[in-house]
Amino acid sequence: MTKIKFRLNGKPVAIETDVNRRLLDVLREDFELIGPKEGCGEGECGACAVLMEHEIVNSCSVPLANCIGKDIVTIEGLSTTSRYTVIRKAFEDEGAVQCGFCTPGMIIATESMLSKNPHPTDEEIKIGLSGNLCRCTGYNMIIKAIKKAAKDGDGLW
Amino acid sequence: MVKTSIPKNLAEALSVLSKEKYRLVAGGTDMLVQNRNRATLPIKYKDNVMYIANLEELFGITEDEETIYIGACEPLEAILENDLTPKLLKETILEMASPAIRHTGTLGGNIGNASPAGDSLVPLYLLNAVIEVKSETETRRLRIQDFIQGVRKIDLADNELITKIIISKTEFTKAYFKKVGPRLSDAISKLSFAGAITFDNDIILDLRFAFGAVNITVVRRPEIECLYIRKTKEELKASVNEIVEAYSKFIRPIDDQRSNKEYRKKVSINLLKSFIEEL
Repeated sequence: MTKIKFRLNGKPVAIETDVNRRLLDVLREDFELIGPKEGCGEGECGACAVLMEHEIVNSCSVPLANCIGKDIVTIEGLSTTSRYTVIRKAFEDEGAVQCGFCTPGMIIATESMLSKNPHPTDEEIKIGLSGNLCRCTGYNMIIKAIKKAAKDGDGLW
Repeated sequence: MVKTSIPKNLAEALSVLSKEKYRLVAGGTDMLVQNRNRATLPIKYKDNVMYIANLEELFGITEDEETIYIGACEPLEAILENDLTPKLLKETILEMASPAIRHTGTLGGNIGNASPAGDSLVPLYLLNAVIEVKSETETRRLRIQDFIQGVRKIDLADNELITKIIISKTEFTKAYFKKVGPRLSDAISKLSFAGAITFDNDIILDLRFAFGAVNITVVRRPEIECLYIRKTKEELKASVNEIVEAYSKFIRPIDDQRSNKEYRKKVSINLLKSFIEEL
């Protein structure tokens, strides 16, 4: 058992636990943040994506030991921001959500790419989404939603 | 009960390693999958484990006149975004995994993992990369082909860790990396290829080929490459069958869940041919 401190959704947190646990399990079980999902459990699907230091990471592939002192934001934390409001509206307007399992990861990927590149091209959006699988919408609507979010949220990123 | 170490700096890490054996975990993107436990239980390591991803001494990319130095724990995405990174390595990293994995996965980790299908190894062999390893008392620099000894076998003592990847600055007239996998992202290569050539007018000054996932380690054969130095482009093109034959001996892939040996061999040879024929 080791005491680990980091920032979670904007607040400092401390937890005494086994540092060999996956960040995903700590988020879901200890903090009851169930937005990040376990899809493949090996870093191929992006359903568990969260932001670490403002960049997308797969929480199933991050050991808790690597989170010491880091800033972690889950979809729950992002959902309180004005950027999220714009992304959510764009996803709704473009029909970019169907079953919803991949959606938290897709929105984390959107935030991560727009924070580095506020006006991505189609090709850059595809690279930004390349680690996230969706088995319902077929991606085109998600790509459209991201373009719409970038346009409607101009200046937010 | 296995021990866990999270050293605060490189000196502490090397001191702990000098006393006891630890498995090293950098970004964890391979180690967590390889040692995965059931359901939501902690990762189940068989040995002591040391987490090194946050050791600041292992970050950053620096240069001097002729050389680039990449910190072993520099994340792949940061290497991709850095202006100092050689173009061929950038092209390769862009085809590795996905942004999420590249934000945590490291170049030192890809080398230490020493998978025959490790994508970054192909351009690193081609670029004559040198691996720097340190223990508490010694620093060693090894050529990558000497550091990687076989499938998941590396020349790293229990008291050492990889600190830097050292690459000479080299300009090529033409160089590229090609990966063949089932999906554009997050796919482990069925096979990969890198070629590089430098001309002065039509005279070849430098020629290099490297093949991934077709032998226990990356295939690079300087003794074949050097036969065509000072030859002309047309002479090289006329020698394509002889070059294919020379490499065929070393392209010895296996059947596994990702591909089979016939396909791997055929496509590797086709990539070599097309590199030469398109010059």
